[in-house]
Amino acid sequence: MHDDHDHDSPAHPHLKRPDVEDLPVTESQRLETAVRELLLEKGVFDTADLRRVLEMIDSWVPSHGARIVARAWVDSSYKQRLLNDAPAAVRELGIDPGPTQLVVIENTPERHNLVVCTLCSCYPRRILGLPPDWYKSRAYRSRAVREPRAVLAEFGTELPEGVPVHVHDSTADLRYLVLPMRPADTEGMSEEQLVELVSRDSMIGVALPMSPAASVGG
Amino acid sequence: MRAHHDLGGRPAGAIDRTERELEPWEKRVDAIFQLLAAPERRILRVDELRRAIEGLGGEEYDRLGYYECWIAAMVNLLLEKGVLTIDELGRKLDEVRLREQGVS
Repeated sequence: MHDDHDHDSPAHPHLKRPDVEDLPVTESQRLETAVRELLLEKGVFDTADLRRVLEMIDSWVPSHGARIVARAWVDSSYKQRLLNDAPAAVRELGIDPGPTQLVVIENTPERHNLVVCTLCSCYPRRILGLPPDWYKSRAYRSRAVREPRAVLAEFGTELPEGVPVHVHDSTADLRYLVLPMRPADTEGMSEEQLVELVSRDSMIGVALPMSPAASVGG
Repeated sequence: MRAHHDLGGRPAGAIDRTERELEPWEKRVDAIFQLLAAPERRILRVDELRRAIEGLGGEEYDRLGYYECWIAAMVNLLLEKGVLTIDELGRKLDEVRLREQGVS
């Protein structure tokens, strides 16, 4: 939720007392509190700066990625631009790709793509939001490059026999976004309807987009 | 020698696919780093953060959660650069602990 901890909101009906209601409980949380308060006291940044960045983080959501994918599905010239120069094509939709290089890799009947960051957690954060725990986990980072098909199977993703899987290892300077294949039987669907079929996981490559039947009522 | 954070291809168990919302303190760690790395400050850089996380040592790296590694690495960098001193950090941590005990 976005506004769980809306401490500074003047409209909040209940007067928060962050000093007693938001106490840290672990050593790392104490460190965060201490570092934050010291940097605020020193004027390195102020509470408005912090709030602005927290709101910006909350504005990074996988639906940005889904809009990009759906546009590429309905507009082949957009798709070409996206594959040639992803940051520029992303900006066309009013989405900020961020300062790092972004490459979009296309799934085809002959090739499935999977993204991992074996060294840390590099991820197209501005397009998919902050990465889920499993993307940062030892198990995913270790296994995605050695046994991608077993990893896909754990996510319930079965590829047709013989489709090669290409695994892309991200870096701090180069992030990947998978362009999944448009599902069958979606010819009559609008761009807005197609957006609903594009899951976060399908843009990492661990899943396929939903089929139109599966998305009904969802 | 291969560093402890270089996990690609190593044996590992099943992937825990549990989804959860980040806790507010975790998002704040991310936000504080972004503020420190912003072009108008340039106090920390992403490559420095990575170097500091990788420098935590294998035991810490394995024991700590993701944003626990971040805040530990950020503290080391801020001390190294003299943005914070060990004394002021120690005093502030004491203050935070006292607050937890209801003494403020």
